[in-house]
Amino acid sequence: MEYEAVIGIETHVELATASKMFCGCPAQFGADPNTNVCPVCLGLPGALPVPNEQAIEWIVAIGLALDCEIAHRSQFHRKNYFYADQPKNYQISQFDVPVCSGGRLDIEVAGVVSRVRINRVHMEEDTGKMIHVGGGGRIKDADHSLLDFNRSGVPLVEIVTEPDLSSPQQARAFAQELQTIVLALGVSDAKLEEGSMRFDGNVSIRPKGTQEMGTKVEVKNMNSFRSLERALAYEIERQTAALEAGEQVLQETRHWDEGAGVTGGMRSKEESSDYRYFPEPDLVPIEINDTRREAIRNALPELPAARRLRWAALGIDPASIAVLVAGGSDLAGVFDGAVAAGADPKTVANWLTGEVTAFLRRELVDLGATPLTGGYLFELERLYAAGDLSSTAAKQVLVGVLAGEGSPAEVAEERDLIQISDTGALATEIDRVLAEHPAAYQRLKEGDPKVVGFLVGQVMKVTAGKADPKVVSTMLRQKAED
Amino acid sequence: MGRRVCMESVRGAPTIGGMAIDIDIAYVARLARIDLSDEELERIGRQLGGILEHAALVQQLPTEGVEPTSHPLPMVNAFRPDRVVPPLERDTALTQAPQAEDGYFRVPPTLEAE
Repeated sequence: MEYEAVIGIETHVELATASKMFCGCPAQFGADPNTNVCPVCLGLPGALPVPNEQAIEWIVAIGLALDCEIAHRSQFHRKNYFYADQPKNYQISQFDVPVCSGGRLDIEVAGVVSRVRINRVHMEEDTGKMIHVGGGGRIKDADHSLLDFNRSGVPLVEIVTEPDLSSPQQARAFAQELQTIVLALGVSDAKLEEGSMRFDGNVSIRPKGTQEMGTKVEVKNMNSFRSLERALAYEIERQTAALEAGEQVLQETRHWDEGAGVTGGMRSKEESSDYRYFPEPDLVPIEINDTRREAIRNALPELPAARRLRWAALGIDPASIAVLVAGGSDLAGVFDGAVAAGADPKTVANWLTGEVTAFLRRELVDLGATPLTGGYLFELERLYAAGDLSSTAAKQVLVGVLAGEGSPAEVAEERDLIQISDTGALATEIDRVLAEHPAAYQRLKEGDPKVVGFLVGQVMKVTAGKADPKVVSTMLRQKAED
Repeated sequence: MGRRVCMESVRGAPTIGGMAIDIDIAYVARLARIDLSDEELERIGRQLGGILEHAALVQQLPTEGVEPTSHPLPMVNAFRPDRVVPPLERDTALTQAPQAEDGYFRVPPTLEAE
């Protein structure tokens, strides 16, 4: 029998607010353990949560970007469960009235566009981090566990799709598209490897063409787009094999093991009612009126789908567009700034997707932390277009600008990279070279085209590489005709 | 009654929110990681039954036209600006920990629920 997969994705996004969701502790990643904690995020008795207004505005922005309805009135609930990563024994989350519901996101796989419906987008708080000591780091055999509550209470947005995806490739495309949207909004750094964006998959299979849903398995622990795709593919294969062998698929949560390339069972899935949700009595309702919602909508940056169309119209190739879109609003701002100033879009796109992206990756910095602006890129492009910088020199200047050495003109000057394209200055150098190589000069006069390259090389040598080879070549050809 | 509280057996008040209330005390205790003896299961079951009876009385009130509310105060949007305030010193934070190790809270190994 042939089976088809039914996949839904739950995405958790940590918001990039300065402070946590319900207290003023820093929300930053990577601090020493338990140095960003207070009575609220440690769940000490009597501590009272107060919601971060920025986080509320950002979840509304995410909801609007996904075409969701924004609830006029929503509220927080307590989700009760007992695990040491959650010091209060409940997580503040949302239940029946999330901030956003009923949206959609269009994705494209191999040229086919499909629509993924968004069930809901709700606000909650992240949990602490647990390290299991002894027993090879496995929960089951651990001797004891260590807890770091720095992440406890960091604003977390959960985005839940309807089960509209039917292949691991689609799931990956959805995850990537969602990441570009979050980056465009600038509401999270959306780093999978640091866990600020996390994806869980709900997978079931059913005989192809039937409507009834099979037993759903939740797959967790995928921290790259590739592992999301692999884990879902493995799970579909596993469930298919089980059904074909006449076995049943158990409703459970399974953990993806990246090294082994398999999913393994965790614990039987608790029913939703087991969390015994009830309204959080410490928090008053959230009201988003039309004025506020529209103000947030009007402040939304351009979204990836619109950027793609606009950049394609500038003649940028799809591969470069993909890199530019993935760079978020910072990269888009620099690109658009340079183009608006009058720079050639293709040249600037090449630099941004090439040298700039490589620099950021190598130095592990964000574009926003470098001095590069659209204005600087335009200045650099003008120097290049005027022949003052060779293609290689322009890239060197770009790296200098990124490293904070100054404006393109200053870096070019400082690194001594300005090309000599002034014909007067070059004529002197060319005459000198021709005098030193009479035989070559003779061949040039006889019209031997092969000698031009040699002579250009000699001019480059005497000018320490600073001559503009194109100008030198043209001048030499003229010389031959004189 | 006892280990199981079923509202259908409580006089005059069969349902809450249209559903028959049937609580497995031992199951709830397990979810809450509370170890109860047989005697406690019996006693708490009886007490919970009393609470449910009271809730059922409230259920009988006419609430036609009354807005559902999750909070007694007529108040919305009690927010704070996204501003960092200094967190606790780590040593202070860890004074509340029964056990600490290398700046972490140390807890017993977590056993999977059966």
